[in-house]
Amino acid sequence: MNIVVLVKQVPDSGAERNLTSDDNTVDRGSANNVINEMDEYAIEEALKIKEAHGGEVTILTMGPDRATESIRKALSMGPDAAVHVVDDALAGSCAVATSKVLAAALGTLNADLILCGAESTDGRVQVLPHMLAERLGVAALTGARKLTVDGASLTAERQTEEGYEVVSAATPAVVSVWDTINEPRYPSFKGIMAAKKKPVRTLSLADLGVSADEVGFAGATSAVVEHSKRPPRSAGTKITDEGTAGTQLVEYLVTEKFV
Amino acid sequence: MDFRLSDEHEALRETVREFAREQVAPVIGELYEKHAFPYDLIRQMGKMGLFGLPFPEDQGGMGGDYFALCLALEELARIDSSVAITLEAAVSLGAMPIHRFGTPAQRAEWLPRLLSGEALAGFGLTEPGTGSDAGGTQTRAVLDEAAGEWVINGSKAFITNSGTDITALVTVTAVTGTNPDGSKELSTIIVPSGTPGFHVLPAYSKVGWNCSDTHELAFDDCRVPAANLLGARGRGFAQFLQILDEGRIAIAALSVGLAQGCVDESLKYAHERQAFGQPIGNFQAVQFMIADMEMRAHTARLAYYDAAARMLAGQDFKRQAAIAKLYASEAAVDNARYATQVHGGYGFMNESAVGRFWRDAKILEIGEGTSEIQRMIIARSLGV
Repeated sequence: MNIVVLVKQVPDSGAERNLTSDDNTVDRGSANNVINEMDEYAIEEALKIKEAHGGEVTILTMGPDRATESIRKALSMGPDAAVHVVDDALAGSCAVATSKVLAAALGTLNADLILCGAESTDGRVQVLPHMLAERLGVAALTGARKLTVDGASLTAERQTEEGYEVVSAATPAVVSVWDTINEPRYPSFKGIMAAKKKPVRTLSLADLGVSADEVGFAGATSAVVEHSKRPPRSAGTKITDEGTAGTQLVEYLVTEKFV
Repeated sequence: MDFRLSDEHEALRETVREFAREQVAPVIGELYEKHAFPYDLIRQMGKMGLFGLPFPEDQGGMGGDYFALCLALEELARIDSSVAITLEAAVSLGAMPIHRFGTPAQRAEWLPRLLSGEALAGFGLTEPGTGSDAGGTQTRAVLDEAAGEWVINGSKAFITNSGTDITALVTVTAVTGTNPDGSKELSTIIVPSGTPGFHVLPAYSKVGWNCSDTHELAFDDCRVPAANLLGARGRGFAQFLQILDEGRIAIAALSVGLAQGCVDESLKYAHERQAFGQPIGNFQAVQFMIADMEMRAHTARLAYYDAAARMLAGQDFKRQAAIAKLYASEAAVDNARYATQVHGGYGFMNESAVGRFWRDAKILEIGEGTSEIQRMIIARSLGV
């Protein structure tokens, strides 16, 4: 099975993150950039499928030059090769434009299965897998907590707030995963050494036949016009027990719609 | 000239750091309280290839070098020393002698399981009455030529990884005769776990390193095949000196990890803890303690990097390894003491990481050559 895993480099969600003051985009310069956490689960799932059914795993990343670090790290977990879409004109791309570029890149990769994280920890819009499936004209099994492959048939347990749904589709398809699906492996030193030698192909917008005005700030369907820091947490409500504290607490929870 | 790591060494360091933070840190406090051996963590470390780090790929290793092992030890010890010492003893003292001195048959029999972390080997050198003075070894092995077997009698003390459920063997240093100059002929013999006459006594109750497995071993007419001799007969002394020289760099790396862990914890606490209406990190008394801790950790790290670089370049590294081990272990003890001070009463609680660091630090000035032995080595290398 030919599997492509979408990997995005994002600022480390464990550290303080900011938007830049000039164009309201994520400040990548001052951040420690890492693989989007959910994508590591997608990589692990791809490797497990490869181990069970054979095939090849390719990483696909759209991002600036420095995303190479994350590509190497992804490769050190075990995938065979990577494709890096890099172009100055991509800066500021919205989800719609990103899906256009990734769909164009996937058009060159002949994938049976496209795996990705259900969301990125920077944008958190969760729409990319659906947009991508729509553009490619294939099924989207999103938010999987379990995936079973049987020949050309895919069955996923789709996580919902109440429980899960069982959905299936034939390949090719896009499957997005949550962090409940598996436990990603840590790269071994052998994997780290091997990653150095694995092929990483770079593609520009021209290579993909996408014009620069369809992407980036120029082609964005939405724009962030303003941002501000989250206000500091306000002082809490203090209830002193004079016999009715329990009732007061419940009333507070009801007012805040917690219960 | 610089001390920057290669991309691969840096990637390994980061990976082990993530593992230590994500997998070791959440569970180690409870395991430590229970004096439990961390089987699940060891299994995960095995899958990551940490037990095979400095061995060639054709032996089942990761194709890394000894410095890679040191980096892994440092990052593990930054969170917990008993997990780190389990790896250090397994690789540097357990598998390394078999890799270095074993016959092809011995390597084929033992290395695959040792390098994957599925099995552990102990290094039986120290005895109840003999530590640094290995010439005082009392354990004897007599070759029963008719049976083609070594018959071992004696006991060993403080042997790491010798009594776990996955311990496969212990290499035992024993007197096998007398040299022409009248000194003891020392040889090393592989004794598989479960061999009749090989008794693993109950685990010691230690001050620290609670998750590390340590036992006294007794050999009572314990018979193993003559082919279990590891390396040449009479080379036991030279062999363990070589193993211990390298091991000192590893212990230095582990000590640096503990020293750096003290900085990490103290920084966190200095930001959080309020006194007199402000974080205690605002007070110069606390700042200076943390600055000194960082200075010691950094200097000790440079010392072990230097010793490891010399070793990998094939140069003499005996003095530099002794300096690194001596300085780093003293830095670890000092940092543990100051980190506990920064934490005040909380630092004296077993649940705090620095409480563990404090208990774990002291052994670093003792194990694999005491500080006094290191000073002797340094002085001798200078010609006094």
